[in-house]
Amino acid sequence: MNREATLSADTATVERPMPVLRFADQARRALQYPALGIAGLFALWWWGGWAIANNEDTMAFASFAPGPTLTAFWDIVSSGAVWKPIESSLYRVGWGLGYAIAIGVPMGVMIGYFLTLKQVTHVPFQFLRMISPLAWMPIAVLAFATWDAAIIFLIAIAAVWPITYATAHGVQRIDPMWLKVGNNLGANPYHTLRYIVMPAIAQDVFAGIRLAVGVAWIVLVPAEYLGVTSGLGYAINDARDTLEYDKLAAFVLVIGIIGYMLDAICVRLIKRSSYHAEG
Amino acid sequence: MGAAISIDYITHHYPKQEEPTLKDIQVTVAPGETVALIGQSGCGKSTLLHMLAGLLLPSEGCVRINGHQVIKPSPRWNMMFQKPSLYPWMTVRKNASLGLIFQGRKRDMRDRIDELLETVGLTEKAEVNVQSLSGGQQQRVALARSLATDPELLLLDEPFSALDAFTRVALQDEVTRLARERRISVVFVTHDIEEAVAMADRVLVMGSNPGTITAELHIDIAHPRDRNSQAFVDRKAELMGYFGATRAPAADKGGAEAEAPTSETESEQAESAATESRARVRAA
Repeated sequence: MNREATLSADTATVERPMPVLRFADQARRALQYPALGIAGLFALWWWGGWAIANNEDTMAFASFAPGPTLTAFWDIVSSGAVWKPIESSLYRVGWGLGYAIAIGVPMGVMIGYFLTLKQVTHVPFQFLRMISPLAWMPIAVLAFATWDAAIIFLIAIAAVWPITYATAHGVQRIDPMWLKVGNNLGANPYHTLRYIVMPAIAQDVFAGIRLAVGVAWIVLVPAEYLGVTSGLGYAINDARDTLEYDKLAAFVLVIGIIGYMLDAICVRLIKRSSYHAEG
Repeated sequence: MGAAISIDYITHHYPKQEEPTLKDIQVTVAPGETVALIGQSGCGKSTLLHMLAGLLLPSEGCVRINGHQVIKPSPRWNMMFQKPSLYPWMTVRKNASLGLIFQGRKRDMRDRIDELLETVGLTEKAEVNVQSLSGGQQQRVALARSLATDPELLLLDEPFSALDAFTRVALQDEVTRLARERRISVVFVTHDIEEAVAMADRVLVMGSNPGTITAELHIDIAHPRDRNSQAFVDRKAELMGYFGATRAPAADKGGAEAEAPTSETESEQAESAATESRARVRAA
């Protein structure tokens, strides 16, 4: 009897229901590490600002600290001054990426499909890829009538390589059986592309676009240091010339935030285009 | 209506091989007939099947289906492979519909696919992604996909060898039943003597170096076949005799293997050669 009682007591302990995670709990768990990272970055920034302000040589740059920067950030956002440069910059990046995709994806499909083409293009493409896009600047300025077109060209030439090679990689990973079965079911080249190749490589293409967005966003700012009178790069240069370091830092913040958002969009696209089963 | 096949004196050389893989193969298959090709690795049975599908062209001779020479694949003669090779980004329905979509036969496609999925027992799974299915279910989707285009000829390249024993037997019976109902001709390659006896009207035994047909055995047992009947056991024993198998049939528990199914070299060779020959056809 006694033994039975002990047993049932044990069972009761074991079967006590697990505490159910409420939504707020889950959200807290999901956010606590990112929050820690952000806090760390702010701490580092604050410490940097403090160090600059307390050094006689660098005191003039004290407005790089979080306080003045966030005030300036609020100013440019609330006055609307931030939107125009963002619009110009996104316009250039958008077109640059558009051209890079339009050229890079077909080129990647060809390179992935024809081994000969891969071998032929290897040396010239790796050679071109390793040239900083900014090195093309003088040529771009000569070749294009407008500054906008020159910048779009620079972005495109920087962004085309990751897209090309990610696409080629995706094509090479296509299971030959998929093509064989498609062939057997009477697929014409359009069908093969639309129903087999494109869904099969979508994830790799978006992964390439994600890399390209990163490169494009990096190339954009120095490209906008030259010539143009709009865009985020120009805004930074302008703030430097007028010694508004708080505004300069605020635009750096804007560049970071938008870059992060573009990347987050790409990550979502990669996830959505993946055909791999969840889990 | 099933296709009439005639294989006219096919000889095939793979580059870099001294002996021809196939030599003077001459076979005819009557409409609605089911023929098994059985033999050891390297005897060219998979190569022969690829030629029937139009995925590979023979060095000499030709394959005719209903009198027309086979030079390229067609949805009228569908091939099923050892792997289901479904498209993992599609649902069961979409995978099964693909042949019809490619042929532009979208009218009453939904009803046709519904009917087919019911036939293969996957009605419940129609809108599910194929990655969540078991191996047997995936092979059923592949079967539905092959049948959707109303083929006259079904070519099976060891399609059940990767499945567990229960699923394998169920699918063997199902394919046999469907092929007979629809009067589809079937040619299949197998390592499995029981599979050959269970499904085929006629078994062709192939030998290697060079690949030739060394024996022919008619299986005149009525369908559905009882695998424990004396006639079935006798046929199995007879067929095993061609491989010099000394084991008593009784001691053999299902799935007598004429060889270990590990070696896929010939099948792979046929597949890569198929890709090349397709390129050649396109270039020509």
